[in-house]
Amino acid sequence: MSNPLLQVEGLHKNFGALKVLKGINMTMHRGHKTAIIGPSGCGKSTMLRCINYMEVPTEGHIYLDGELFGERKINDSYKIMSDKELAAQRAHIGMVFQGFYLWPHLNARDNVAIGPMRVKDLSRANATELAEAMLDKVHMSHKFEEYPERLSGGQQQRVAIARALAQQPKLMLFDEPTSALDPELIGEVLNVIQELAEEGRSMVLVTHEINFAREVADHVIFLHDGVIVEQGPPSEVLDNPQHERLISFLRQIGS
Amino acid sequence: MIDNIRDFLQVYVENWSNWGPQIYAAVGVTIQLTVASFSMAIVLGLLLALGKMSRFPLLRAFCVAYVEVARGIPVLAILFLLYFGLVPLGIVFDAFTASVIGLGLSAAGYIAEVLRAGIQAIHKGQREAALAVGMTPMMTFRYIILPQAFRIILPPLLNMLIILLKDTSICSLISTEELMLRAKDLAMMSFLPMHLFLLAGVIYFLLAWPLSIATRHLEKVMQRGRRQTFGI
Amino acid sequence: MGAVTTIGITLASFSGAIILGLALALIRLLGLRLINVLISGYVEILRNTPVLAQLFIIYFSLPSLGIMIDPVPAAIIGLSLNGGAVLSEVFRSGLNAIHHGQREAALAVGMTPWMNLRYIILPQTWRITLPPLGNYAIALLKDTAVVSAIAAPEIMFWARNLVTSTFQTTFVYILAAILYFCLSFPLARLVERFERRQSAWL
Repeated sequence: MSNPLLQVEGLHKNFGALKVLKGINMTMHRGHKTAIIGPSGCGKSTMLRCINYMEVPTEGHIYLDGELFGERKINDSYKIMSDKELAAQRAHIGMVFQGFYLWPHLNARDNVAIGPMRVKDLSRANATELAEAMLDKVHMSHKFEEYPERLSGGQQQRVAIARALAQQPKLMLFDEPTSALDPELIGEVLNVIQELAEEGRSMVLVTHEINFAREVADHVIFLHDGVIVEQGPPSEVLDNPQHERLISFLRQIGS
Repeated sequence: MIDNIRDFLQVYVENWSNWGPQIYAAVGVTIQLTVASFSMAIVLGLLLALGKMSRFPLLRAFCVAYVEVARGIPVLAILFLLYFGLVPLGIVFDAFTASVIGLGLSAAGYIAEVLRAGIQAIHKGQREAALAVGMTPMMTFRYIILPQAFRIILPPLLNMLIILLKDTSICSLISTEELMLRAKDLAMMSFLPMHLFLLAGVIYFLLAWPLSIATRHLEKVMQRGRRQTFGI
Repeated sequence: MGAVTTIGITLASFSGAIILGLALALIRLLGLRLINVLISGYVEILRNTPVLAQLFIIYFSLPSLGIMIDPVPAAIIGLSLNGGAVLSEVFRSGLNAIHHGQREAALAVGMTPWMNLRYIILPQTWRITLPPLGNYAIALLKDTAVVSAIAAPEIMFWARNLVTSTFQTTFVYILAAILYFCLSFPLARLVERFERRQSAWL
């Protein structure tokens, strides 16, 4: 259990000629919550997406629970995993997107159940049971049968969180989960995430909500221009920033 | 005036025992042509659509070129090429086969575009969410993309069916034994072109019109149906 | 040589179809029920029957009524009638797409219905209908091949003649196909550019 849950080693990511991530190293243990903050374009979403190989790193390696993620090591060289292998690994990481991306042709329950049913081969009955439990957890039981178009943004995002929870993942990734929401709906989603955090779930959270990060995270990473400029517990990074870039960023956000 | 119409219709009554069975058989061929070429076009169209969206540049280029060419050349030109133009090379098709292949090749170009557009209409984010949940690309296609794309492509596909039905008439020009040819032959033999071509027209109309109505109805249902949530 | 006729027939039929189609669409706007039913019937019939059948009816059947007609004019008339039906639908949806609020605004400003049509509705309709018109033009170009069946001296017709005289079957028909493609491809590119500008403008 002293193995770190997540290890990011020497992560570089280029999009063509554009260098977005320029050498990221990060470690996180089980049960911990890491928040990633930074100005737009600094690469925080890209970094998150590299963790579950939604973006393939240009350089560097990811380790989940001690195991290499997304690649196989053959002798001294690394080879990207096949679609099937990658899919099996991704099943261990739950991801929540800024745009929710619920599937419109399925109702809430099926959106959550279809993963366990098709990916983990659960029976329909078991998958439905799991789905209902997860939707209950995010306080969406009353909307089991509703289709996404009839749900508000906050409700859709909560269903999306339930969908990720149904994977019973080792790690949850949140990519700016409230940035696309109307202000009055942000609270309900943040509450759910906080409840999950208090349960002891491991999560990496990219967010603009600095106050929320202060409450929920035990480790904060400030990313600027593709490098980690400062990191540490919220009491240091957010309340006692050292680096001038971080200071001006926090001032801009109004924190 | 009424007498003229009555005389006109009388001709049909008189000749029906002669024309009836022949027309009936010819209509059968027309329907067979339509169904066969449609099936071929869908299969080929699907392959082309997938090819156009594939990772391999050579395959992509070929499919793009095929679609452009198939949409830029008249069906008749393709039919002539297949029926007459390949003979010196040793490839001889009978009229029916040449017609099915020609119509199929031509329609596949259009259908490929319809399928591609339908598939790409599904927002990229939904694909990402599926991968994040642990689905393979194939599972994503089967459970997320296909069910939604299906509803989008149905009306244009039905439209293509109607077009193929009408285009079977062109096959008469390479002596395929379908409705148009039968009508022309009978018209020549009986010196009653007006009656026979009108009859052919009416039959085509009776075959195509229900499909048209169904298509329009389907389009309306699609509009009314569920809006897509795109996320951001 | 046949190409000239092909292009000529295409242009003539296209013009005819546009005039007819626009006229039908505008007449429908008048809202007279009986006329609208007749126009709908006309459009439905012409759209659900093959062009070849329509051409045959015109070319072969009219003489029995005493009207003699040459292949090329018959082709142009047939294609124009067919095209008019198709384009009337295109124009109808184009006209309907202009929000009727604009018509109200025009009347409020003091324009007559005719002025509204001329200065507000039509210019916008024009832009919307350009891509479908372009697509129709391409389809029309390809339909001209069919008029070879009534002996109009266009590309396909000349191709057949060439084959009987030179016996170069494969080569000739491939050439014909290439010729059609050369004519239609630039049109297709043009339509694509219009469609792209469309979405930018909207």
